[in-house]
Amino acid sequence: MRVAVIRFPGSNCDLDTVFVLRKVIGVKADLVWHKNFKGDYDAVILPGGFSYGDYLRAGIIAAHSPAMKYVKEMAREGLPVLGICNGFQILIEAGLLPGALIRNTTLKFICKWVFLKVKTTRTAFSNLMKREQVLKMPIAHNEGRYFIDEKGLRELMENDQIVFTYVDGEGNETPNANPNGSVANIAGVCNLEGNVVGLMPHPERASEAILSPYGSDDGKLLFLSMKNFLERWM
Amino acid sequence: MPRYIVEVLIENKKTIRDPEGETICRELINKGGYDSIKSVRVGKLLRMEVEGSSEEEVKELVTRMCNDLRIYNPVVHSYRVEIRGITR
Repeated sequence: MRVAVIRFPGSNCDLDTVFVLRKVIGVKADLVWHKNFKGDYDAVILPGGFSYGDYLRAGIIAAHSPAMKYVKEMAREGLPVLGICNGFQILIEAGLLPGALIRNTTLKFICKWVFLKVKTTRTAFSNLMKREQVLKMPIAHNEGRYFIDEKGLRELMENDQIVFTYVDGEGNETPNANPNGSVANIAGVCNLEGNVVGLMPHPERASEAILSPYGSDDGKLLFLSMKNFLERWM
Repeated sequence: MPRYIVEVLIENKKTIRDPEGETICRELINKGGYDSIKSVRVGKLLRMEVEGSSEEEVKELVTRMCNDLRIYNPVVHSYRVEIRGITR
């Protein structure tokens, strides 16, 4: 099992993600420069950061990288594709996930720990979680306000494509628990098939209890789910 | 071949809130005493120099480029292409 973490100019969560995959999850992981990525992996992760300085729009320039042709092929083949934070923005701009990620309504860069609710366990990155389970993970972003029109939101709900929502400690999707103004408190979505997932929170920063002020290693569940998905279904 | 100055203006669709514009209007402009200014929308302006043989041709090319490369995000943005003159 080989997992690629793609580094774009301006990626800055790439090493954390590789570390978690190798040392916490125990899978072979390569850090791959985007121009060298040819898709010959079992899974691929687009890490967080500020690819191309967020010029024009977060994720848009990286979405045109030659690497994305191979990411799209892997997505089509049903292999696990994960986008974290800026990686989520890239997947959206590349058309692999629906919607848009725009400036937080607060106009502030938000860096804090939040609660998330698991909305579906059918994806390559949530199959070891329980529906309605509440997870604690950090967010760190300026353009994390998920937007989709009403028709699009209906389709997301009907097709079970909402993976994570922002909630309070009791698991309620309240306006106060919504840090950035996202439609329907959405923090993460998947494609129709469930093998492509994007989320704004950082699971790689919540994969070892000792590194969390709350002792949370909930983020590990995403990567363990990916491993489980590959072992069982691929 | 003439070189045209072309501007592409990208802004949030009317139905999508623009908190940056709202804040500039409320906190800077209105609090600064300019009460008659009732709303502000912030956008992004791309000014280009484009070679072409006519305004129509250049406008068509830039419009095609904007859609082809997703210069704006159709989910949230509207855009406008305007010819602003010729440099030579």
